Formats: sequence, structure tokens, C-alpha cells
Amino acid sequence: MSEPHATGSALLRPKDLDPDHGRHLLREMIRIRRFEERCVELYSGALIRGFLHLYIGEEAIATGVMATLRDDDAVVSTYREHGHAIAKGLGMGPIMAEMFGKVDGVSRGRGGSMHLFDAATRFYGGNGIVAGGIPLAVGVALADRMQGRDRITVCFFGEGAVDEGAFHESINLASLWDLPVLFACENNGYSMGMALERAEAQTDLALKASGYAVPSWHVDGMDVLAVEEGTRRAVTAIRGGGGPVFIEYETYRFRAHSMYDPDLYRDPAEVELWKQRDPIPQLTETLSDLGYLDADGLATIEAEVATEIDEAVAFAEASPLEPVEDLERFVTSEVTP
Amino acid sequence: MTAPTIEQATVTLTLREAYKQGLRDALMRDDRVFLMGEDIGAYGGCFAVTMGLLDEFGPERIRDAPLSEVAIVGAAIGAAMNGMRPIAEIMTCNFSLLALDQVVNNAATLLHMSGGQFNVPVVIRTTAGAGKQVAAQHSHSFEPFFAHVPGIRVLSVATHEDARGVLWQALQDPDPVVLFEYPRIMTIEAELPVEPAAVDLDTAAIRRPGSDVTLVTYGATQYVVLEAAAALAEDGVDAEVIDLRSLRPLDDATLLTSVAKTHRAVVVEEAWRTLGIGAEVAARITEEAFYDLDAPIGRIGCAEVPLPYPKHLEEAALPQVTAIIEAVARVMHRG
Repeated sequence: MSEPHATGSALLRPKDLDPDHGRHLLREMIRIRRFEERCVELYSGALIRGFLHLYIGEEAIATGVMATLRDDDAVVSTYREHGHAIAKGLGMGPIMAEMFGKVDGVSRGRGGSMHLFDAATRFYGGNGIVAGGIPLAVGVALADRMQGRDRITVCFFGEGAVDEGAFHESINLASLWDLPVLFACENNGYSMGMALERAEAQTDLALKASGYAVPSWHVDGMDVLAVEEGTRRAVTAIRGGGGPVFIEYETYRFRAHSMYDPDLYRDPAEVELWKQRDPIPQLTETLSDLGYLDADGLATIEAEVATEIDEAVAFAEASPLEPVEDLERFVTSEVTP
Repeated sequence: MTAPTIEQATVTLTLREAYKQGLRDALMRDDRVFLMGEDIGAYGGCFAVTMGLLDEFGPERIRDAPLSEVAIVGAAIGAAMNGMRPIAEIMTCNFSLLALDQVVNNAATLLHMSGGQFNVPVVIRTTAGAGKQVAAQHSHSFEPFFAHVPGIRVLSVATHEDARGVLWQALQDPDPVVLFEYPRIMTIEAELPVEPAAVDLDTAAIRRPGSDVTLVTYGATQYVVLEAAAALAEDGVDAEVIDLRSLRPLDDATLLTSVAKTHRAVVVEEAWRTLGIGAEVAARITEEAFYDLDAPIGRIGCAEVPLPYPKHLEEAALPQVTAIIEAVARVMHRG
């Protein structure tokens, strides 16, 4: 059974926390959470279809990681990607339009929930193949290195991707060639219904990664301040030319794998235990204790986020569908770059 | 009185050298081009195509990679999406199956799925074909696997002029190109103009014009087909031999023009016949030029077996001159 850390580590570093930055982190996590909660409603209303993999419970990771990046750093994501996309700065309206399959979606509505892409923010897409984005991330980083740019590439993947050969081939290559990649492993304990200890003989994934001569460490993925601190250390090292880093973020998804999943394989008590470590109330409490946020402040954030989501839904509803005549556009490029 | 001919300087090259010249040319013309693959550097390439390139261009651009087909192809895709022009080499197409996920789910898919945002200008070189007695995991012809997939260009490069010129053209394509080369014929020599001619990626090449029957083929098999055509000529049958070159997209126009002239066609390939390129070619001719045909289209492919090691069985599995002549006799109603 997956168990959260017992320590309330959010209280470890609050005195260094800038109030504005703390509120920013909270707002980002709330944006992701409320966006997905609205997606669930819209799914029930059949406005969103297909697969919908929720990030609820894991918001601290996307939020904390993005806080350490520059705008020109790249992100390669997975099918559980809404949080990564929102935190990377993709517009919520175009993301929602994508969920609706509308032409104003980030991918013209062609990808849906699992395939958000945005060249402008260097968001290289959600990938529906477990570990399918990892070799790609290595190549993105290789190209930056060969072109003399100090950008880094963050590659998100779940612990299930560590089962795949693509992960092992890729991290070895990145290490061998000292490439600027952060391997960001979001270990939520279950690859769909398969518990980590049923899939991996060695469940310490950071230990596994260290076998590729890659500096690797664990970070509490339920604590956004811990995520930011642990990631910043990695990003600094990588940008400094130190080669790749692997971080195992220990986290948990509060919802099922996807909307199709009846969640029969987890003990409800385990889910409840992890919910005690929900990153949003944790940070809210920290900010409140520090006097950085009161009830009105929180209500304001919630209201502003609700408005943003309403506007995103309205944007999605107003967007037309892609014309059927465009079906075969972009199978190949329309212009030679 | 005959017009004076301008003596054009020529050079004699093996096919292997022609492939290498294509690579050198690309590396010299574009700094973004680099090679990545197994044993392409210090070893000189499994088929010696990249011999000497490491010394000439250095390890940053001639990248020996571990035995990691997924990472090689996947990283080439990522690098292509971020401003480089990578050429990934996979020793044989049997090994390419390990990387098929990256080719199909990423390279071929990302442009369309991203709504036109991310094109993938990667070139993947691999080899196909039997004839070296290396048995069932090094001898197959998987061009049809790749040609099935929308979003990638698939080229079959088996002549010297193409080998020298096609790579540069492939690198100008903003989208993924899978390029098949043929080890069995790499020692064949040809005399070529010193200056390479531009190669058109979109068209099939007529390797032998003829009027009685169209023989459609690609890859190393075209040398067998040309041999059969020479034998047929002695028997009074004038065969036109078409090398498809581009397996995706197919050059329908050249096929249909030829069939409109000959009214008969036989497709010959080294891949398995079932669901092969020949099946597609036959279907297209039937759809578009049924009333031009005087006989059903003939198809010859590899026997439907994993290619065996012993020479006599390998030969029995592959398209041979006799079988081609017999197939032509059938469509000429002479059989």
C-alpha cells in the first residue's frame, strides 16, 4: 500500500517564502484543480469525450517545477498533462477548446485531453504512449546543446514509464552525452491499476536512475515548496552543464486513472490518507500561518480562478469545429520552413 | 556530320561509395545535419557506408550511439523538432521494428495531432533485403510496414545516381523521411557524371523503356527485373521497367501512363506479397486504368516464409528471373 510521508514538511521552509510568490503558487494549484473539476462536470455533460486523465492531487509538482524554469525551457509531457500545460502558461481558453475538440484548441481540437501542444511556450505535447515522450525530450535537449543554447528540457512521466525500455535507453543516452534534461518522474503509486510494488522489483526509482550515473533524488510531491526547492537544485545543476538529473516526486492521484476507471484496485482508506496531504490546503495553511493570506484573499483567488474558467468554457463553446474539409491538412507540412 | 559531343567527366563508384557521397554532401552543406546510429563512427558503419566520416566531421556530428533503437530514433525526432536536421541510422529494417513506435506514434503523427505546429524533419536510414545468407532476423524487406503510415515519406534508394542525390533532397523535406538502402548490391559499380544531378523524390524512374509490358519494382530487386527484361527482349517482348523509388507517396501518373501504353503489368518486390507494395500498385492500376488492361496484373513477392539461412532456400524464397519471365508470359497470354 502506498503511504504518504507523515511529516508536515510544508512548515519546514516558510520563512524564506516571498508572500507574492507563495500566493502565486497557491493560485496556480487552484487554477489546475478547479479547471479539472470543471472538466469532470463537462465530461458528465458529454461536452468532453474520450479519455480524461485527472491530475487532481498532483498539482504541486507541475506548479513547483514550472516555478523554477525559464519561459524558453521546454516541457515534454504525458497524457496526464492538464496541470503541466496550465502551469507552463498555455491559455486556459485554448486548452478548454481543445478538450471540446474545437478548432481554437491548442492543437486545433485534434488531440483532445491527451495531446495538448504549444510551440510558442515550447510545450512539446502530451504523449499517449507511456514513455513515448522520453526519447523525444532527450533529442530536444540534444538540439539545444548542439546549437549552443543553455535551455533545459523537462520530461514528465509517471512511474509506470520506468517499466518501459524507452525510459532506460533514453536516460542512458542523456547521461552518456551529458544532456540538459530533467527526468521528472511523478510517482503516484499506480500505473493505471498496477501498484508499483507489483510492477517493479526495485521500487526506489531514484536508486534505479542513479544506476545510469545520473544524480537522482526523492522529493515530496505533495508539498509545492519542497517541489520547488528540490527542482531548483536540479535545474541549476543541469543549466550549469552538469548533465541530466532524475527526480522521483512522490505523489498520489485522488481520482481514478481516467473517467473509465472504477478504481477497484485501491483501498479507499489509502486514498483518504493521501488526501490528508492535499497540497492546496497545506499551502493555504502555511500562507495563513505566516499572515500572507486571509480568508478574503483566498476567496479572491477562488473567484478570479472561477471567472477565468468560466471565460475558458465560454471561449470553447464559442469556437467552431474544424471544417471537415481540413481533415487531411497537416498530414504533411504546408510550407517548407 | 554529327554534332560534336561535349565530353562530360565521369567517375566510377560503387553503390556504397555513392551512399557515402550523399552523406558527405549533406554534412558539408548544412551544419544542422548530424548522424546518429550504432557503429557509424569508430567502426565505420555496419556496411561501411560511413567509413571515414568520424575523422572528417568529428564525434559531435557523427554520433556513435548505444544499441538503443528507440532512443536513437526518438532523440532524432526531438532534435528535428528543435532546429536540427538529424539522420538516424538503423542497421537493418529488422531492427527498425524496435523503433517503430517512435516512427509511427511520434514522427508520423505529431504534425497532424499538434494542429500543424510541430513538423519533424528527420531522416531515418535503414537497410532491407536478403541475399547474404543472414537468415530470418537480418534479411527482410519491411518497406510496406512504413509505407502504410500517413505522415512519412518512404524512399527506396537502389541506384547510384539516387544514392548520391536523394539524401540532400530528403533533408529538404520538412517532414519525416524513411530511406531504405540495400546491402546486397552495395559493391555494384557504375560510371556517373562527376557532378551529381538533382533527384526528384516524388517520381518513379523508368529504368528501361518498353512497350509490351510494365514491370513495376523497387529496391535491389530492380536488378533482377532488368535482367529478366533483357532476357525477355531476346524473346521479342519489350518490357518497361519502373523503379518506384518513392513508396509513399506513390507516383500514380508514371504507372498509369505506362500501363496505358503496355496494357499489361507485373509487380515484383522482395517484401512478402500479401499486403505488399505490389498489392497497392495493382489496386491503384485496377481502380484507375481497368479498361486499359488486357490481362490481370501479375504479382511476385517473397515466399510467405521467414527467410531461411541456406542459399538454395533463400533463392527459392526470393523473386528470380525465371519466375518473372513466367509471370510476364502469363500476362502476355503466352503461358
